[in-house]
Amino acid sequence: MNLTEQIIVIALCAFATMLTRFLPFLVFSDKRPTPKYISYLGKALPAASFAMLIVYSLRNIDLSGGSFAIAEVLAIIVTCALYFWKRQMLLPIAGGTLTYMLLVQLVF
Amino acid sequence: MVVCIKWCLAPFYALGEKMRKEAGGVRRRALRAAFPYTIPIFAGFWFLGLAYGVYMNVSGFSFWYPMVMSLVVFGGSLEFVMVTMLVSPFAPLATFLLALMIQARHVFYGIAMLDKYKGLDWKRFYLYFSLCDETFSLNYTLEVPPGIDRGWFYFFVSLLNHIYWISGSTLGGLLGSLVKFNTEGLEFVMTALFVVIFLEQWSKEKKHYTALIGLLASVVCLLLFGPDSFLLPAMGIILLLLMLFRKPIEKAGGLTLTADERTVDQP
Repeated sequence: MNLTEQIIVIALCAFATMLTRFLPFLVFSDKRPTPKYISYLGKALPAASFAMLIVYSLRNIDLSGGSFAIAEVLAIIVTCALYFWKRQMLLPIAGGTLTYMLLVQLVF
Repeated sequence: MVVCIKWCLAPFYALGEKMRKEAGGVRRRALRAAFPYTIPIFAGFWFLGLAYGVYMNVSGFSFWYPMVMSLVVFGGSLEFVMVTMLVSPFAPLATFLLALMIQARHVFYGIAMLDKYKGLDWKRFYLYFSLCDETFSLNYTLEVPPGIDRGWFYFFVSLLNHIYWISGSTLGGLLGSLVKFNTEGLEFVMTALFVVIFLEQWSKEKKHYTALIGLLASVVCLLLFGPDSFLLPAMGIILLLLMLFRKPIEKAGGLTLTADERTVDQP
């Protein structure tokens, strides 16, 4: 692939990304009120999207191949426990990540 | 004559200067308020960005490539796939369609942010441009602190995340295989972030139908279609179920009140 082709590939990927990010904004303009069913989706989608993102970030764990899913499960439990204990964001993220790192580096 | 005009205009200059200073204060306060929330993203993006830059480097690309790609695409999963695209034969249509498929979930984010980003003048062009998974999660969930300008707050969350990603991947591209990772498992910081955001959202709802629909649809599709192609069917099923059960979900109070509905907007 020569430089021009590479630039075209990068430009196409950037354009496709922008299309997905700007689409709702372009379709439902600022000036007119947003249709009711889109407002509903705007409120219903985030919780579903966050759930989807958790699954997405864990998509490559191998449930059949040994002990790794235990590290993920334990780290998520620690994250949840810290969240419900302190009700803030940084501590559970740091605690969960540290738990996971310790588990995969030292135990499994 | 010139002196006279200058003298007449002086108060306006002074006023302009004062307004500029105040605007600077608004920006600085928003930046200071936004920064702490982006620290986990900094850790995650530097780790993933470095890994991505190193991957580009060992695939034979100069640091310019990860730098430019992170600037214009700003989406980790697609950028990793693009490495394969760039070393394969030129296939523009397939490239474009694959990119659309990988990035399709951003349409959900755009819909969710319509009301929050409404009326934010030129800033919203950058806000939609930089709406990646992590920026969406933060900007949707965070409540803008009182006295902080909403637009600038969202703007700086987005900009800081963007800068972390660009700098991380550029650094990885520069250092290349010199980097030795003994940071195994650090990638979990992104999962932990999504878990916390999910819980934050969870505790704002009376009923959890939408969260459970998202979880169930994603898990079932992951098991059925595998890690590389479960997102699109999962999105389709989520949309379908949300539209089918719209009445019961709305009736049962399964939706969050947005920050705008709970608190009065800052002027």
